Amino acid sequence: MLEEFWFVLVAVLWVGFFVLEGFDFGVAALLPVVGGSDETDRRAVLGTIGPVWDANEVWLLTAGGAMFAAFPEWYASLFSGMYLALFLVLFSLIIRGVSLEYRGKATTAAGRAWCDRGIVIGGVLPALLFGVAFANMVRGLEMTPDHNVTSGFLDLLNPYALLGGVTMLLLCVLHGSVFLALKTRGAVRDRARLVTRSLAVPTLVAFAALVVWTVTIRGGIASAAVAATALLALGAAVLAWFGERDGLAFAGTAGAIALLVASWFAALFPDVLPARGTPGNSLTISAAASGAYTLTVMTWVAVLFTPVVLGYQAWSYWVFRRRLVGADLAGSHETG
Amino acid sequence: MSHDTIARWQFAITTVYHFLFVPLTIGLSLLVAVMQTAWNRTGNIEWLRLTRFWGKLMLINFAMGVVTGIVQEFQFGMNWSDYSRFVGDVFGAPLAMEALIAFFLESTFLGLWIFGWDRLSRNVHLATIWLASLGTVISAYFILAANSWMQHPVGYRINPDTGHAQLTSIWAVLTNPTQLVTFPHVLAASLLTGGAVVVGLSCWHLRRGHQVELHRRAVHLGLVVCAVASVAVMISGHFQGQVMTRQQPMKMASAEALWDTERGAGLSLFAYGDVSHGENKIDIKVPYLLSFMATNTFSGTVRGVNDLQAAEIARYGPGDYTPVMGVTFWNFRAMMGLGAVYFGLALLGLLRMRGGHLPGGRYLLLAFIGASALPYLANTAGWIFTEMGRQPWVVFGLLRTSDAVSPGVSTAAVIATLAGFTVIYGSLAAVALQLFLRHGRHEIPTLNPNVTIGGRSRPGDALPSLAY
Repeated sequence: MLEEFWFVLVAVLWVGFFVLEGFDFGVAALLPVVGGSDETDRRAVLGTIGPVWDANEVWLLTAGGAMFAAFPEWYASLFSGMYLALFLVLFSLIIRGVSLEYRGKATTAAGRAWCDRGIVIGGVLPALLFGVAFANMVRGLEMTPDHNVTSGFLDLLNPYALLGGVTMLLLCVLHGSVFLALKTRGAVRDRARLVTRSLAVPTLVAFAALVVWTVTIRGGIASAAVAATALLALGAAVLAWFGERDGLAFAGTAGAIALLVASWFAALFPDVLPARGTPGNSLTISAAASGAYTLTVMTWVAVLFTPVVLGYQAWSYWVFRRRLVGADLAGSHETG
Repeated sequence: MSHDTIARWQFAITTVYHFLFVPLTIGLSLLVAVMQTAWNRTGNIEWLRLTRFWGKLMLINFAMGVVTGIVQEFQFGMNWSDYSRFVGDVFGAPLAMEALIAFFLESTFLGLWIFGWDRLSRNVHLATIWLASLGTVISAYFILAANSWMQHPVGYRINPDTGHAQLTSIWAVLTNPTQLVTFPHVLAASLLTGGAVVVGLSCWHLRRGHQVELHRRAVHLGLVVCAVASVAVMISGHFQGQVMTRQQPMKMASAEALWDTERGAGLSLFAYGDVSHGENKIDIKVPYLLSFMATNTFSGTVRGVNDLQAAEIARYGPGDYTPVMGVTFWNFRAMMGLGAVYFGLALLGLLRMRGGHLPGGRYLLLAFIGASALPYLANTAGWIFTEMGRQPWVVFGLLRTSDAVSPGVSTAAVIATLAGFTVIYGSLAAVALQLFLRHGRHEIPTLNPNVTIGGRSRPGDALPSLAY
């Protein structure tokens, strides 16, 4: 019971990570497109995620920490098993963090240009790689009976996983463009809305293909139902775009990402890491879990601190709720 | 080189590198919070100018700590999967708590601090930097509790079915006697690092006659912090020595190249010896001092390496239980010696500053500039000592480091990531240092005393942004 609860909690942490960092990745990837060539516009784009991206990234660290504490075998098998892929993720997250933080402190235009490149790489690569990694986790990896992964790096680049990567990237970029429309006014917002319009159909197609493929690989009524709801959320986001309902559109893309990730976890259940080819070697929730005492302690910690964390993180979004403007409106003093 | 040697190098490089930034983050965020509090209390705009100047430098350093910290969270699983399987039930808990309780706190409130100058009231804005600073301290507590468990495992049992460690008391892990002496030691060393950097850079400006009144103020604050922190480092270190003697006698013996058990042992200042024969050829000692450090009495018995090696073979089976003596001996000396030098310098500087003077003349100012490197060297030496001194164990008495690596990861893959991390860490060190020095050399801008800070400011009055 406690083990299943922690499986759900780990899923929730990853959902939180993808929903929040999803738009950080998307905004970063769109910097040259929506920011254009004007410095004020670029600052407006980055200003939408500036105060919050670092705390959003902590969802990743908490998800990793929770897996370590609650499912050490999962943490150990997955992270050693996807060794080089995870290295690339860490590499791109390092580049992103430094580029975001140093851009405003760079003293030359060349320095800023390097940071901009790092920001784009740090937006595109992690979204793509996380999609590939999660798709592979659901598809399964070849494993020994003691759960050491024998699939190599190239095995990760199978068609299903690549579709997972591309879909996650498209979703994050769409989520980012919708977020930018929600957080800006004027020309910057107009450009973000153009991006949303041109990405909506490809994202819907890729998303639908991924959902169907997931159900055929690891069919399950629960995961299929969740995935279908995800598709509806994405459709709702597109409809909201027509009505210029920025908040609703954002809720739609957030819901689509959340439900996609949830459907992946639902497809995994009751495994945490299926063994490809030798189902008997699969790592199950109960085989991966820590003892009841550790899970009880961690449950208390989660129950006590999660509401506090959610409270102040939500408050920080409230503090920075004002829409930002680019060069076209920079002189006016209206508040949005 | 074997797989586990390369994995060890990778852990050493990424962790030592991460810990170049961590102490300055802890120390400087607290100092910036103190500066901003001084401004809030006195209304003296000089303190605000210092807050902004040092705040920007703190952020340049903070970013490096954050990005290298992500690697720390994941590399246990990547390179040390058998370690992770063995310890996860115990070791994972403080790591998860660190993320949930500390990382969210520091990152959220630092974001509010950076971008919130014109969005929050003065007091709320001041609270954000204190909460971010508190986050860094809580983070240190949890990660050191995890490390202390590796030095001295408590609150666990070995699960007979899996053979893995299993948590039986989180309270025992969080109040491990090792932890209770290590945490104050590391915290004080971090404050010393922050203080020394403030002193060093400000002395660079004083030496050139820049904004003397302003930088003198910063030097004074820095020196007071350094003096207090170095006393705390020494006292906590003294208690650590005794805990270490009880819990890891081999580490203490190897710190001293003490081959044979002695009563009233002297503290070695310099030794040169033959490790294979277990003896020193040259050993210059201060009488009785080691016994005092290790047992708090001048006549106490300190056990030697040769006796301990025999005792550990009897207990754990055949093997080499002696750490690399040259590394432990010299790093222990570097840590204590450099810390002591800085303590002396800080006292001297404070004495010189009495009556409104500068902390020193041309040469002493130069010494302070150079001495900002000392805490870094001492911190690094301390970690290398305590981690190397625990070898061959990764978890003392329970798991050997050579049994902890990921069996499924190829040597070539570890070499590739080692090369990758080294290249990116090396380049980023150059970028961060250059940025730090470039901003550190700037004149501290004057601020309009009527500047509206706190609450809703009108555009035009706003402070120059610390944001993007």
